[in-house]
Amino acid sequence: MAAITVPLAAAPREDSPTRRALRRLARRRGAVVGLFLVAFFVLLALFAPWIAPYDPVATSWSLVRKAPSAQHWFGTDEIGRDVLARVIWGARASLLAGVVSVCISLAIGVPIGLAAGYLGRWIDMVISRFTDAMLACPFLILAIALAAFLGPSLTNAMIAIGIAATPAFIRLTRAQVLAVKVEDYVEAARAVGNSHLRIVLRHILPNVVPPLIVQATLAIAAAVIAEASLSFLGLGQQPPAPSWGSMLNTAKNYVENAPWMAVWPGLSIFLLVLSFNLLGDGLRDALDPRHS
Amino acid sequence: MGRFLAHRLAAIVPTLFLVSVLIFGLQQLLPGDPALAIAGEDRDESVVQHLREKFHLNDPIPVRYGYWIRDVLHGNLGESVRIQKPVTELILEKLPVTIELATLAMFFALVIGITAGIVSAVFKGTPFDYLANVVALWGLSTPNFWLGILLILLFSVQLGWLPASGYVSPFEDLKANLASMVMPAFVLGNAFAAVLMRHTRSAMLQVLSADYVRTARAKGLEERVVVLRHALRNALVPVITLGALEFGALLSGAVLTEQVFSIPGFGKLIVDAVFNRDYLVVQGVVLFTATVYVTLNLLADLAYFLVNPRMRG
Repeated sequence: MAAITVPLAAAPREDSPTRRALRRLARRRGAVVGLFLVAFFVLLALFAPWIAPYDPVATSWSLVRKAPSAQHWFGTDEIGRDVLARVIWGARASLLAGVVSVCISLAIGVPIGLAAGYLGRWIDMVISRFTDAMLACPFLILAIALAAFLGPSLTNAMIAIGIAATPAFIRLTRAQVLAVKVEDYVEAARAVGNSHLRIVLRHILPNVVPPLIVQATLAIAAAVIAEASLSFLGLGQQPPAPSWGSMLNTAKNYVENAPWMAVWPGLSIFLLVLSFNLLGDGLRDALDPRHS
Repeated sequence: MGRFLAHRLAAIVPTLFLVSVLIFGLQQLLPGDPALAIAGEDRDESVVQHLREKFHLNDPIPVRYGYWIRDVLHGNLGESVRIQKPVTELILEKLPVTIELATLAMFFALVIGITAGIVSAVFKGTPFDYLANVVALWGLSTPNFWLGILLILLFSVQLGWLPASGYVSPFEDLKANLASMVMPAFVLGNAFAAVLMRHTRSAMLQVLSADYVRTARAKGLEERVVVLRHALRNALVPVITLGALEFGALLSGAVLTEQVFSIPGFGKLIVDAVFNRDYLVVQGVVLFTATVYVTLNLLADLAYFLVNPRMRG
């Protein structure tokens, strides 16, 4: 009897889930635009010292509230500082606040959510009640209160935003763990004698990451607005360091005479938040095809 | 109904207890001696001693919490250091202004959000749908204090149609009141309109493909009747629940809106308190907002229970 041989090369190559998700992401125009905009702002923030045309804190009494011109593309502010230079440097504060505060939320929220979802019983009950209590305080009010008690500064604003955003991550992680821990592969891992820590880190955590990535991206957008809000109220970045929120706070007093002072920092916040929202929506569709 | 209500009420008691623990804990974040922080820069040793006695700062933390929560349960949130007035009185004084602002904002959000959501779902895949989605994304990404400044620039500075800031009581002059509130209410409702639009769209899309809607169409009913009477009524149930929940979030958003338009409401009270280091006012406002939020949550659950027959079964 002749043996049937199947050439190995003819077998279709299995695509990894990550590769499939990336391909789906690349097909979404909004997400690609979002990604490019995020990259643009990251480059702006990283290379601010070389890109900014002037020193962002250098004042000039002969250049007070000058309209946009060839020398000062975005005009100057109430003490003669170049608005373009401040907008470019302001990207640093906004991006830093967005990313750091979400990292704080992830660092606190994910382990607590894993513990609540995996261990269950009274630990879950206590954690869930605390999460409910934190969620009962509206996000911005809680962030303002925390920033007020910690003292006004960019670092404290990031801590305040990070803590205020944590319950959302605890809840999401817990819900995902509850769904994943009853899967067969987790049962199998337990049956072969893996420790609880190993099961959580090797088998459960990787499977709860995709929704966390989506939530983190959208949370950065919310954190950027929150930082700008705190700075607008005077509780974030302190003068003379540039921040889009504090620039708008000053600009509101000169709307009549120098509207350009308000247009550019606001537009920058809008574009940065929009880019994270577009990217987050795209990632959700790419990582969870059921959603689209 | 009674059992459901009792169950929900029992569930909010531990939540409110933990909220109070969290808010009491905020005071512990103050660096150093809270009495020194409350007394401010011009502190006299006798004043600091008095504050220490008054706030039981020489007692252990759990005992201090006991004193504090006893006062809170009696409606006493302490006294403002700056204005020398009870915090409860200050909150109740400012609250009507913010409630008016939040109610008008909710009105704008419901009208814009639900209309755009229906149009977007009914004309799915058309330029109307595309436009509604772009507007929703704009609403979600625009910081409301920037939108406020832009509207002041257009409607107050350029066109001179509306006042840029200030507040007039509706009991004094209703027309002037509405003129002073229209921009702030639109600004505050903007982001919520976007959220509502997305929820209405997805709820409508789900309902429009349901069997009973197909049956209504097969009976030969006009499309307008199918959409407004058969589909919208069911699609709106989760949307209205969301509306009740978001009213609490509007109170929080009012902080920035009131700051931009100089409206003397609840939000301005907390911001002024922060800058005057009036910590008891900050604490009181957070506790009050959280209690309102938890109550609205309960009311939303009740509303859902009442309008959804399946839950009653």
